[in-house]
Amino acid sequence: MSNSSIPVRKFDAVIVGAGGSGLRAAIQLSEGGLKTAVLSKVFPTRSHTVAAQGGVSASLGNSEEDHWHWHMYDTVKGSDWLGDQDAIEYMCRKAPEVVVELEHFGMPFDRTDEGKIYQRPFGGHMSNFGEKPVRRACAAADRTGHAMLHALYQRNVRANTQFFVEWMALDLIRDESGQVLGVIALEMETGEVVAFHAKATIFATGGAGRIYYSSTNAFINTGDGLGMAARAGIALEDMEFWQFHPTGVAGAGVLITEGVRGEGGILRNSDNERFMERYAPNAKDLASRDVVSRAMVTEINEGRGCGPNKDFVLLDITHLDPATIMKRLPGIREISIQFAGIDPIQAPIPVVPTCHYQMGGIPTNFKGQVVAPDGAPVKGFYAAGEVACASVHGANRLGTNSLLDLLVFGKSSGDSVIEDVASGAVVHQDLPADFADRTLARLNRLNTQTGGSNVNETRLELQRTMQKHCGVFRFKEMLVEGVAKIVEIEKAVARTEIKDKSQVWNTARVEALELDNLIEVAKATLVSAEARKESRGAHVRDDAPDTPENPNGRDDANWHKHTLWQREGSSLSYKPVTMTPLTVETIALKTRSY
Amino acid sequence: MATSTMEFKIYRYDPDQDEAPYMQDMSVQVDFEIDRKLLDVLTRLKAGDDTLSYRRSCREGICGSDAMNINGKNGLACLTDIRDLKQPVVLRPLPGLPVIRDLIVDMTQFFKQYHSVKPYLINDSPRPERERLQSPEERDELNGLYECILCACCSTSCPSFWWNPDKFVGPAGLLNAYRFIADTRDEATNERLDDLEDPYRLFRCHSIMNCVDVCPKNLNPTRAIGKIKEMMVRRAI
Repeated sequence: MSNSSIPVRKFDAVIVGAGGSGLRAAIQLSEGGLKTAVLSKVFPTRSHTVAAQGGVSASLGNSEEDHWHWHMYDTVKGSDWLGDQDAIEYMCRKAPEVVVELEHFGMPFDRTDEGKIYQRPFGGHMSNFGEKPVRRACAAADRTGHAMLHALYQRNVRANTQFFVEWMALDLIRDESGQVLGVIALEMETGEVVAFHAKATIFATGGAGRIYYSSTNAFINTGDGLGMAARAGIALEDMEFWQFHPTGVAGAGVLITEGVRGEGGILRNSDNERFMERYAPNAKDLASRDVVSRAMVTEINEGRGCGPNKDFVLLDITHLDPATIMKRLPGIREISIQFAGIDPIQAPIPVVPTCHYQMGGIPTNFKGQVVAPDGAPVKGFYAAGEVACASVHGANRLGTNSLLDLLVFGKSSGDSVIEDVASGAVVHQDLPADFADRTLARLNRLNTQTGGSNVNETRLELQRTMQKHCGVFRFKEMLVEGVAKIVEIEKAVARTEIKDKSQVWNTARVEALELDNLIEVAKATLVSAEARKESRGAHVRDDAPDTPENPNGRDDANWHKHTLWQREGSSLSYKPVTMTPLTVETIALKTRSY
Repeated sequence: MATSTMEFKIYRYDPDQDEAPYMQDMSVQVDFEIDRKLLDVLTRLKAGDDTLSYRRSCREGICGSDAMNINGKNGLACLTDIRDLKQPVVLRPLPGLPVIRDLIVDMTQFFKQYHSVKPYLINDSPRPERERLQSPEERDELNGLYECILCACCSTSCPSFWWNPDKFVGPAGLLNAYRFIADTRDEATNERLDDLEDPYRLFRCHSIMNCVDVCPKNLNPTRAIGKIKEMMVRRAI
């Protein structure tokens, strides 16, 4: 195959990914009249946003006083001061607007007696700058992500958005100047490879939680956007920061929302003790996720785990009114019965911290424009949602800020595209002659590889390596060893072999191509983590302990900065954290406690 | 380790290689300590034969990808307990839709019907600054409706949908139609009822109730269809 045999389709904009952020961006573009293609590996409502449970944050103040500035403070503190304060202010100020908009789109939020959107408490959500828990998480039972994704899809149906369903984007197209010109994608049903030539490309490809063995993430969360960006020379930001959600069902990994603790659930160890009182005397079970996950692992490591192998703790809601459970947490009850074999009305749920969310990603500003290390926008390239790093989550994300991120930055990236297309800042540039070479070489290699490595086994090895070497607690030697192992696994990934050579719905091919993306993310994560010689947020290492000079092991003098990983040479550089918000005063560095 | 062999008969068809579909005997070692669900076992089968093709994503029953016909009944592989399955486990693609490959069906017709009911809120009144109000009781009317995951288990178990997939909306589409009719914020109730008042679109439902029997989310499309019919009768008198 040569370039000339690849069909080229022209659009104003192409959006890769049809989860929350992709669909929110698509609404802007479709309603804004741009000729837009939305590509998705799965039918839009099967995207992983669908699995979000607890809520979306906004300081609506429907049940008690709240303010976006408090929300901003909580987010900065939750990020362990690694989040950029301009983006955080932007997100928290926009929250009420985008949540109300979502309600207008038809989102079936639960309601208060007054008929307003129902809000529940959540981890790290406090009033008056960290004083006491506040109800900020807007919820549709414990199916908020499902309700939201469907509402966004439905709005797109109304707007006649053009979807390319079950198309997998394979590579980004860039020209010599670095401008992004679209993507090359594979139609899964036919095996056809097509170039989508666009003035603007928005990545909304979601996360890569599948780099870990135990993950709440769907099979499809393989970091495709990160892999494509890295191969095209875009640096990845803060990839060492991965959130381990405190409550994944032990063994199965399926998520149990923090909303369970928001509704009054309590974590207990084998002594039946509410151990979070010792770790976070103020917020207790509603401390930030990194704090709760570490407390749980400490309990387990010190022998106070539950079960025959003492390898999980218990999430107890047996003291709640069964009617509350049925009304507010029906999905959790279903999941517990299905995957833990217990009814939480009668018995506590066995849970363990489970990989859940990537805080890092493709560097963007708060307008959703992808930025180069010097802060200048990469022409024609935009990103939103979990794949992007604005950075609003910094070193640790607050629960419900992910769904908010999707709405705010999905919308802002869409608006930026509209603006840049209208002003002529981005136009169709000619495709370089060799634009498809690298992609076609990858596909050809896969079709002809013999005596190669097995995709399934290689992926498992990658996932086990990440789990063992880069988990909730990190150890200097393990990180160094982990980097070496990943470099070995990378060699196996370069020579994967598939038996299935069919052109029709070839899932073996898709999984091999996904593995090409997983390896980039795994390598970025381990290399970035090994290099960051401090503890901050979700990144906590044994050689950076809590000391009077560096409380919690955080070393602001040397490490209050964003990591940038470049695939070329696997090299690292750093850039400062934006401490200046848009309109308010800087939230100054402070020791983090709950 | 509680390992044992599980036997399968699986519908196979790759239009690139096969003249016609066939049933293939497959078997796999499962570990009942680790493997709970049919999807876990399919993952093991696929590890041994990467040509076995099926859709899957969330593995927790919320995305609706892995619907298939399991021992004669539609369901989600990720929510089907392997201990309850009679062996050999017979796996076929969802009935009534064209097969693309193995357990993967072409869902175009299914989504066409879903889209035909205008599955979005219609409210063209000026937008208030804040949320539109809805009482908790009014919101409760949406329970049992908004939870649909569009897996197509129901519509592809419905004989009326098999015979008239182009004309009968089918249980999933009708459940979603009623989801908007029942929403106090929606202003298009009459228009929606007009659209369904048709010998095929709604009235091909003969209350066979296969849909209720197979829904992995325990929803009741037949009840929703009954409510739509009730509303039509009420507005006629």
